[in-house]
Amino acid sequence: MLGAATALAGCAMGGTTPTQSASSEPAAKGPGHNKGYNHDPYPSTYKPYPGVPTLVTNVTIFDGEGGRIDKGAVLFRDGKIVAAGTDLKPEPGVTVIDGTGKYLTPGIIDIHSHLGDYPSPGVQAHSDGNEATGPVTAEVWAEHSVWPQDPGFGRALVNGGVTTLQILPGSANLFGGRSVVVKNVYARTEQAMKFPGAPYGLKMACGENPKRVYGQRQRMPSTRMGNIAVDRATWAKAVEYDRKWDKYEEKGGEAPTRDLQMDTLRGVLDGEILVQNHCYRADEMAIVMDMAKEFGYHVSAFHHAVEAYKITDLLKANNTCAAVWADWWGFKMEAYDAIGENLAILEKEGVCAMIHSDDQNGIQRLNQEIAKARISGIRAGFPIAEETAWKWVAINPAKALGIADRTGSIKPGKMADLVLWNGNPFSVYTRPQMVWVDGALLYDMNNPKLRPVSDFELGQPGEGDVK
Amino acid sequence: MIKRLLLAAAATLALAGPAAAQNVAITNARLVIGDGSQPIDGGTVVIRDGRVVAAGTGVAVPAGIPVVDAKGAWVSPGLFAGFSRLGLVEVDAVDGTNDTSANGSPFHAAIDVAPAVNPRTSAIILNRSEGITRALVAPDTAGSIFAGQGAIIDLGADANPISRPRAFQFIEYGEPGAGLAGGSRPAALAVLRNAFFEAREYARNPASFNDRGKDAFLTRLDAEALVPVIQGKVPLLVHVERASDILVVLDLKRDFPALDIVLVGATEGWMVAREIAAAKVTVIATALADLPETFEALAATQSNIGRLKAAGVTVGIGMLNDNDAHQARYVKQYAGNLVALGRIPGAAGLDWGAAFATISSKPAEALGMGGEFGSLRPGRRGDVVIWDGDPLELGTAATAVYIDGIEQPLDNRQKRLRERYWKPTEGALPKAYER
Repeated sequence: MLGAATALAGCAMGGTTPTQSASSEPAAKGPGHNKGYNHDPYPSTYKPYPGVPTLVTNVTIFDGEGGRIDKGAVLFRDGKIVAAGTDLKPEPGVTVIDGTGKYLTPGIIDIHSHLGDYPSPGVQAHSDGNEATGPVTAEVWAEHSVWPQDPGFGRALVNGGVTTLQILPGSANLFGGRSVVVKNVYARTEQAMKFPGAPYGLKMACGENPKRVYGQRQRMPSTRMGNIAVDRATWAKAVEYDRKWDKYEEKGGEAPTRDLQMDTLRGVLDGEILVQNHCYRADEMAIVMDMAKEFGYHVSAFHHAVEAYKITDLLKANNTCAAVWADWWGFKMEAYDAIGENLAILEKEGVCAMIHSDDQNGIQRLNQEIAKARISGIRAGFPIAEETAWKWVAINPAKALGIADRTGSIKPGKMADLVLWNGNPFSVYTRPQMVWVDGALLYDMNNPKLRPVSDFELGQPGEGDVK
Repeated sequence: MIKRLLLAAAATLALAGPAAAQNVAITNARLVIGDGSQPIDGGTVVIRDGRVVAAGTGVAVPAGIPVVDAKGAWVSPGLFAGFSRLGLVEVDAVDGTNDTSANGSPFHAAIDVAPAVNPRTSAIILNRSEGITRALVAPDTAGSIFAGQGAIIDLGADANPISRPRAFQFIEYGEPGAGLAGGSRPAALAVLRNAFFEAREYARNPASFNDRGKDAFLTRLDAEALVPVIQGKVPLLVHVERASDILVVLDLKRDFPALDIVLVGATEGWMVAREIAAAKVTVIATALADLPETFEALAATQSNIGRLKAAGVTVGIGMLNDNDAHQARYVKQYAGNLVALGRIPGAAGLDWGAAFATISSKPAEALGMGGEFGSLRPGRRGDVVIWDGDPLELGTAATAVYIDGIEQPLDNRQKRLRERYWKPTEGALPKAYER
């Protein structure tokens, strides 16, 4: 196994020898920080599809960062947003769309999806989301499971206005493996969906799932304390691995043995890979944040953070985001204290908060989920503007994914990932009318040809139907 | 025989509803009748002895009954959860609190959920506070295609949740049914037909029914439970998704003509909508299923309900395998989505009145209980909700809920947690002292 890994690593280096000391000068030098092995062996081959320069006018805009423009306009060209404002004039060669009565928003970003690794149809042969053969599988990468023909991608686009999503391994394991961030654009390969330059995530899990899965097999962990013990032992090993590779990369000598599991954790310790931590209970999140300090890493976001509302101060102090559902509750013990005001309390207390789906149906209605969460907060006494709530599907998940400099809001220079809604997206009566990804129009409610049909659905009953 | 008569008497008592049935008139309402009609302004609904006596405009308020001025607010029938497992579960993954199925039981069709329904489960309390007043409660299968006998319940804050015990038999066909029957659809059909033949045998002469114990294909109790099913006195709810499977289920009526079949799920129903309508079979559908999550749902589309209705099928919304023990409240959002669908070219949505009916009168009608539940037409149970907005719109809250004319408490545990943590950090004492 290690031999194979080493051989692969050699391949990925393109035949160059990692150790350059053979004919070296007296002071041996290493390959340089993070250059000891290839960190991007499955690079993105995503290319934006062509679009036309477009000006959407007379439209209500939520910019995704909390801003709102009434009777506004947005111009985008060559895949990028050029301008947003109230006094944009159509130039020659620009397609103008009258947005009267409609809303324009950044495309929705779902930070927690299993499209592709638990695709439809959900047959056993497609069950590729949990490498549940050991509690520590940081070496597996979700992108190696993602089936790009999942019909769910198309539904998330046309019904949900989702333009970017993070696909994660499941939560059976303490260290589930690497996530991948993709553009919601069908492709023949997963690499061709992959969001260029997006950091990897490391999926970790607290609580009931790991201890249940392994406890049932009479293996460690079978308790919450077992969870943390295995976590800590693994991080301790990772710190050592990181140190060895740092030393080698700086000073040279014999390269340490590659360990794919440790590569991922080293990426976390170096800040190159973001921790995306499944964790429901407040007390467990607090322990995980201490563990992160103990070993020198940072938790980017807690997912399924049902009890985040109880520890807003700790989340804020640790600069950690919370990704939550609007109202999922009661299906397991650690989801017992869910409340509809979770997002609202997080917002009120200034925590980076967002919605997520974790569901192939829920991902089609994330705008509705934030609408419910917003109203719950307002009813409880905390006014939340619509444009503020839109951050929960836009800039906040973009931040937690490390892509906020490229997408997640309507700002000049950013990717033209946009949704034109046929009404107010906080209403149940509203659906996406048009969806652009990198300025390419990939869905138009009024054009049946702009309705994606995955290979799986081609030639099946209902092919091309309005879904 | 005497025992059975006593049981029947108990059932009649249960049907009679709470002894303290109330009178109330709600005036000045944006009134939803729930029968598919559009809302009307300036409406009044009058409840007397726990039942609707009149609803509409120009309705006189009888003297001497309490009057609530809705001040123009939306008022509708309480919502009917068309398929749920409310009251059978506190926490799904905590076995001791979950009475939906019984893996080790020798009994299947005989299982009766009514005694297990706990009106104090937090799901009943929460869904009541969100305007759900009645629910179909079904057992789940384990070890047989027969799940058992379900009930109709009310979500009232009293000790008697059962509106109708043993209101239907629920079975699985299609992929899950095949799995439960040993591995194939034909095997599931053989099990079904054998059970019905045995039930016929039992009905002919209960005393001589040869109870063959655990090895039998059907126990005495299971056979007894199926007698009213084959006689058409109790509906047979069949979970089925694939178009061809639906036709097979409709065809059961050839050998068992009295069967009162209700299709549950029916994701590909739109493909055989005319056949379903012609068979006068009703449907409790999954509202927004639009993914080929299984090979029996390849043609899934959110237009299913709209197309079934257009073909003349009575169709309501159910929560089959969709957080069915906790989230009946989602039916409002689902019905709203069916209205939204109507604005998409090529899709079949519903108008507002029809959409509302899928979560009020239609599921009741699908069960043959439309005369009793689900609308504000005269004679129905006095289940009424006052809302702070359009009940299908996201986040609209119920401000008052009446069940059998009795105003209900709307407090719940989630509200208490929210109040405790509205300011998340501790005050002078630990959070445990804040209440």
